[in-house]
Amino acid sequence: MKVSEIVEKLKLKVYSGQKGLDREISGGYVSDLLSDVMGNAREGEVWITLQVHQNVMAIASLKDLAAVILVNNLEPLENTVRHSNDENIPVLGTSLSTFEIAGKLYQLFNQ
Amino acid sequence: MEGVWGRLFILKLIFSIQGGDFTHAGHPSSEVKKVLKQLDIDGKTIKNIVIALYEAEVNVVAHAWRGTVDVEIDESKITILVSDEGPGIPDIEQAMQAGFSTASKQVREMGFGAGMGLPNMKKNTDELYIESEVGKGTTVKMVNNFS
Ligand SMILES: Nc1ncnc2c1ncn2[C@@H]1O[C@H](COP(=O)(O)OP(=O)(O)OP(=O)(O)O)[C@@H](O)[C@H]1O
Ligand SMILES: [Mg+2]
Repeated sequence: MKVSEIVEKLKLKVYSGQKGLDREISGGYVSDLLSDVMGNAREGEVWITLQVHQNVMAIASLKDLAAVILVNNLEPLENTVRHSNDENIPVLGTSLSTFEIAGKLYQLFNQ
Repeated sequence: MEGVWGRLFILKLIFSIQGGDFTHAGHPSSEVKKVLKQLDIDGKTIKNIVIALYEAEVNVVAHAWRGTVDVEIDESKITILVSDEGPGIPDIEQAMQAGFSTASKQVREMGFGAGMGLPNMKKNTDELYIESEVGKGTTVKMVNNFS
C-alpha cells in the first residue's frame, strides 16, 4: 500500500512532502515518545503522533519512515514542513484522535 | 591507507553540538548514515549505529552545554566518541535504567525524556563505555563491528 492510498481512504490532509506520496508502507507505529520511535519503529512505517516539531522529521528521515500523521487537527511547525519537503517524507493530518486514526489505519492495513 | 596496523583505510568525521539546540539534532547521525551507505555497510548495522548516535547526540543537546562527535571508521568497525562539557552523570548505573530521566519539563513536552536513550544505545552497539565527571562533562564511546 502506498501513502497516497491511505491519504485517499482515510481522508488525510497533506501538509508537505508531496513527492513522497508514492512511498510504500510496511505498517504503522504510534508513539509520542521520540526515543521509543527511534528504538522501535521500523523502516517504511507510518508514524502517528501529536508532536509537531522538526525533530519528528529528523527521526522519520533517520528511520526511513514512510509518512507522519498528526492527530487532532494539529499542524506541523514551519521547520517541520521544510524538512519534510527536503526529505520527501509526507506530513499528513487528521481531525481524528490517535485512537481513532490508529484503528482505521490498522483495519485498512490488515483487510 | 595501509599502515603499521594493516588497515585498508581510516575515515574520520568530526561534528560539534550545541546544548539546547534541538533544531540541529540529528545532523551528525544523518551524515554518518550517508557515509555508511556509500561504504555499502549492511542495512541492519547502519540502523543500529544511527539509533545509538542519535540518542547520544540528543543527550548532549538535552542535558549538556556543548559537545563534539568524533567518528572513526575503518574496514572492520566504527568507533564513535561523543564528549560533552556539562553537568555530568552522578550515577551512571541509575542513568542506564530504562525510564530514568532528569529531563526538564520543556524537554519532556517535546517527547524526549522517556529515559530510553541510554538503553537504546546499549541495545544497538557492540561496545558502550561511559565516563562522567560531575560538573565537568560526559564521554560516551560506542563501537559497532561491521559484519
Ligand atoms: N550527556 C549527558 N550529560 C548529563 N546527563 C546525562 C547525559 N546523558 C544522559 N544523562 C542523564 O541520564 C538520564 C537518562 O538518559 P537517557 O538518554 O536514557 O534518557 P533521557 O535523555 O532522559 O530521555 P530520552 O533519551 O528517552 O529522550 C538523563 O535524564 C540524564 O539525567
Ligand atoms: Mg536521552
